[in-house]
Amino acid sequence: MKAPRILILRAPGVNCDVETAAALKFVGGAPEPATMADVRAGRVRVLDYAMAVFPGGFSYGDDLGAGKVLAVQIRGYLNDLRHFVRQKRPVLGVCNGFQALVKAGLLPFGSGDPSAGFAANDSGRFEARWVHLRLNTQSPSLFFRGLPEMIELPVAHGEGKLVLKSPRQLEDLKKNHSIAMQYVSDDGKLAGYPANPNGSVFNIAALSNPEGNCLGLMPHPERFTDIHHHPNWTRQTFFKHCAGLEIFRNAVDYCRS
Amino acid sequence: MKSSVLTPSAVPPRAAAAQRMAEGFLRLSARGLSELSRRSLWSLSGQELLAAQAYFKKEGRDPTWAEMETVAQYWSEHCRHKTFNSPIAYSDNGRTRRIKSLFAETVAKATRDLKKPWCLSTFKDNAGIVSFGKSGKWALALKAETHNHPCALEPYGGAATGLGGVVRDVLAAGLGAKPVLATDVFCFGRPDDRGPLPEGALPPLRGLLSAVAGVGDYGNRLGIPLAGGGLWFEDGYRLTPLVFAGCAGILPRWAAGKKALPGDLIVAAGGRTGKDGIHGATFSSAELNGSAHAALQIGHAINEKKLLDALLRARDEKLYRFVTDCGAGGFSCAVTELAQAAGGARVDMEKAPLKTGDLEPWEIWLSESQERMVLAVPPSSLRALEKVFAAASCETAVLGEITRGGRITVEHGGARVADLSLDFLENGLPLAERKAVWKTPKAAKAAKPSFKSGAGTRCADILARALAHPNVCSRESVVRRYDYEVQAGTVIKPLQGVKHDGPGDACVIWPRAAVGESEGFSGFALAHGLNPSYGKIDPYWMAMACVDEALRNLVCVGADISQTALLDNFCWGSPDNPEILGSLVRAALGCYDAAKGFEAPFVSGKDSLFNEAKGASGKNVAVPGTLLITAAAPVRDVRKSVTMDVKAPGNPLYLLGWTSADLAGSLCAEILGVEGAGLPRVEPAAALKGFRAVLAAMDKGLVLSAHDLSEGGLAVAAAEMAFSGEFGLRLDLDAIACKGVIYSPEFLLFSESPSRILLEVPADREAEFVRATKSAPALRCVGRTIANPVLKVKGLDGLSVMEEPISALKAGWQKTLSEALA
Repeated sequence: MKAPRILILRAPGVNCDVETAAALKFVGGAPEPATMADVRAGRVRVLDYAMAVFPGGFSYGDDLGAGKVLAVQIRGYLNDLRHFVRQKRPVLGVCNGFQALVKAGLLPFGSGDPSAGFAANDSGRFEARWVHLRLNTQSPSLFFRGLPEMIELPVAHGEGKLVLKSPRQLEDLKKNHSIAMQYVSDDGKLAGYPANPNGSVFNIAALSNPEGNCLGLMPHPERFTDIHHHPNWTRQTFFKHCAGLEIFRNAVDYCRS
Repeated sequence: MKSSVLTPSAVPPRAAAAQRMAEGFLRLSARGLSELSRRSLWSLSGQELLAAQAYFKKEGRDPTWAEMETVAQYWSEHCRHKTFNSPIAYSDNGRTRRIKSLFAETVAKATRDLKKPWCLSTFKDNAGIVSFGKSGKWALALKAETHNHPCALEPYGGAATGLGGVVRDVLAAGLGAKPVLATDVFCFGRPDDRGPLPEGALPPLRGLLSAVAGVGDYGNRLGIPLAGGGLWFEDGYRLTPLVFAGCAGILPRWAAGKKALPGDLIVAAGGRTGKDGIHGATFSSAELNGSAHAALQIGHAINEKKLLDALLRARDEKLYRFVTDCGAGGFSCAVTELAQAAGGARVDMEKAPLKTGDLEPWEIWLSESQERMVLAVPPSSLRALEKVFAAASCETAVLGEITRGGRITVEHGGARVADLSLDFLENGLPLAERKAVWKTPKAAKAAKPSFKSGAGTRCADILARALAHPNVCSRESVVRRYDYEVQAGTVIKPLQGVKHDGPGDACVIWPRAAVGESEGFSGFALAHGLNPSYGKIDPYWMAMACVDEALRNLVCVGADISQTALLDNFCWGSPDNPEILGSLVRAALGCYDAAKGFEAPFVSGKDSLFNEAKGASGKNVAVPGTLLITAAAPVRDVRKSVTMDVKAPGNPLYLLGWTSADLAGSLCAEILGVEGAGLPRVEPAAALKGFRAVLAAMDKGLVLSAHDLSEGGLAVAAAEMAFSGEFGLRLDLDAIACKGVIYSPEFLLFSESPSRILLEVPADREAEFVRATKSAPALRCVGRTIANPVLKVKGLDGLSVMEEPISALKAGWQKTLSEALA
């Protein structure tokens, strides 16, 4: 069966594209990097692809806020993306890509109205660390099939604190099972820093659209695609899941079906 | 931002300014020349000025300002390493001998003597290049740099552009390497130092925080994992901090060489040229009273990222024949370097894209604006190259072409800015003989301090203070500010153990994303060695100890040290002071002996001299002579790497290496305020034997954890292994392999004897381990891991020396820096 074409969308300052493409290749995808400039010039049409990925990094230097300029570009030049999402094709935004999808109004509801945003980490600084995450077992996300309820992934960001416009929004998110992942302590409980590395409201680490085909997450799944990526691989001889790789595998498998 | 930037064509011609001559230069007396040099910040010596004058007499005209600036830049210590290349009359405790070139007779000689076939390019390029991987298709570029002077003035920008510079060095190694690892090492005054400072000096903590933020903000944006480095605190750096940045990159082996040809176009790529970083922005004497801040560059990480992306793409499409980066001296050094390699060049500064329109031609020529590179492009490839760069939103401009004339000709819209003979620039620099004096200091001969016996509580106290010492304590609060695993290749991370917070000895990079699947599990490890405390007593033994430390760090993660490449970074005070130069010579001699002894060649390096500042008394204070050794070695199979945290209770602990009463320059001596005797003396041959035996055992999976013994000796290493692995340790001091008779537990626990590693061996395979390591000179079982979470030490008399809960040890170790930086 032909490998599904996957658009890896880059902008100046995006820096996790190579390992993201590598992860997709491992699980049978055909990643194709393209730049926002290609999109603007009409050389690349998102609807020609089976899946779209917005990798991590510092798009346009994050000079106006994390992912802000990229979000404006998405709104202005990537109108097809909304259609793409409605057609149930998978869209994944990691870290900076997640921030851009939220600011472009594609997550959590795809209404175009940015109801969530990001603020600087409570610690006031960039932080890289591995975190424990609890997946929402009721999440409709196509990315989570077969994954255990608790997984580990690394985060690395300075502006990852998810904030909501109003407390009512949190209720909406819960109702729609849009909260895809939460930061938890190693025993699975909602906890403060450093388990919650940035101070996100309700420990939210990832959001999904209610249909489950668009996922944005602050942690980096592309950095856990081999057991040797885990910080404690020398202590354990065997891990059941490289959670990051499984997330990509689910998406590629979905594209094929 | 774009609107305020003028296109090149909008720059008004400044032909008149371009041609401004240093009128009357030919007639100036030696004194007049020196006065002119001082006013113009050329930093040229009397002899050098006379050589320049003689050259222009031969040319029959006064020089232009731009020409003199070019000479000053090209002949600077920074570019030509005059101290390392000049003849030196070296007096060692009264016996004088002549060194023709310190560089050729020490650092470079070791490399020449060792003749390692895997060294593909040493010293001549922007970075050293060694082979990588098993297929023979790949190579590794290595470089470490200093950025001390800018960091003293403005640590945030200085540290950021320091990293940017070393990354460009790797990008310009051969035809360009993809950076896969960055490192930084900072030497600052103590973080709790609140003492009075002279005007203009920053409090050490403020400087450190700014430098960390600068490296983080710049490095994180570039997407290069910052997974190696170190911190050293001591009063000697309070006025003159040292900031080192290193980088390693992967390149295809075919791209390791470069050659420009006549007719090739000279293309500038990357950021625009601005007024930032012009050392000579001081021609009018009125500005001389201003600060040196105009000499500082302003970095922009995303510009460098765009340049990086475009350059590597163009490299793979083979669109250029030569690349070099614009570092010190800007175009003047980069284009001249390119001209030297190719036989001549002609460039037009009017073609350079500018940040603002008000730059004089000589300013464009000399500006050190960041994120710029110069390429030599065959005319037939120009269109394709421009397309690749445009796709990455990265600007390019054709500045001129390679010629055959043996001259570097700089124009600005038809007016001549500079026209110099390359032969004069390269060979005209007169090298004066310098004086160097070395006298073995008294401290090296001091008597052994005596410890009162039976001081059980005292050992625990020393350990607690050692763990909380700024040079030992946890670096977590700094490390986490850097993205150390972007590119998904950091398989051995800087933080290790159950809670991911133990102090790793070295990082291991598995550059799978850069080389693809072809190399399987090939990776490389990188580590550092640094200890200025030893250098205060004897820089020779400091150099030996630094190389030893870097190597044993590599051994601890399982790297194949038979293919270790070394980088040297010397940071000293003014070499015009014979004693300072003497200590530098001594360190360089140590480097030679260490490299030869460990069979590890230097592949690149850099010296930064004149690290001095005016102290409170008005007298110049030099930094302690500081040598940073960076060592990189292949890890044949990253799946066999080892970390430092203990893995399970009940496993035997083995200590590799002899323990002597080495307390001179040690942390213990500093804590107790005694002058220790016995500087650690490395014996490379014996050390190497031990290291190789351990590596053989690791290859068979017979080592569960390994940690190097450095500052604070056995006690600190054991504590760190225990609390990182969350199991206790029991040590028996009587079992340690000692040289000479040592009665005091303090010596045994805190001696800093070199070449020692503490190893955890699986209990069920102990016999196998012992067989595999038969050739190791001193390897003894000195204890066991235990379930009880305490560090228990049994003294020579069989009585307990200490029993400390590991949680308390860890808490003390974690507190110092996290509180200081909070």
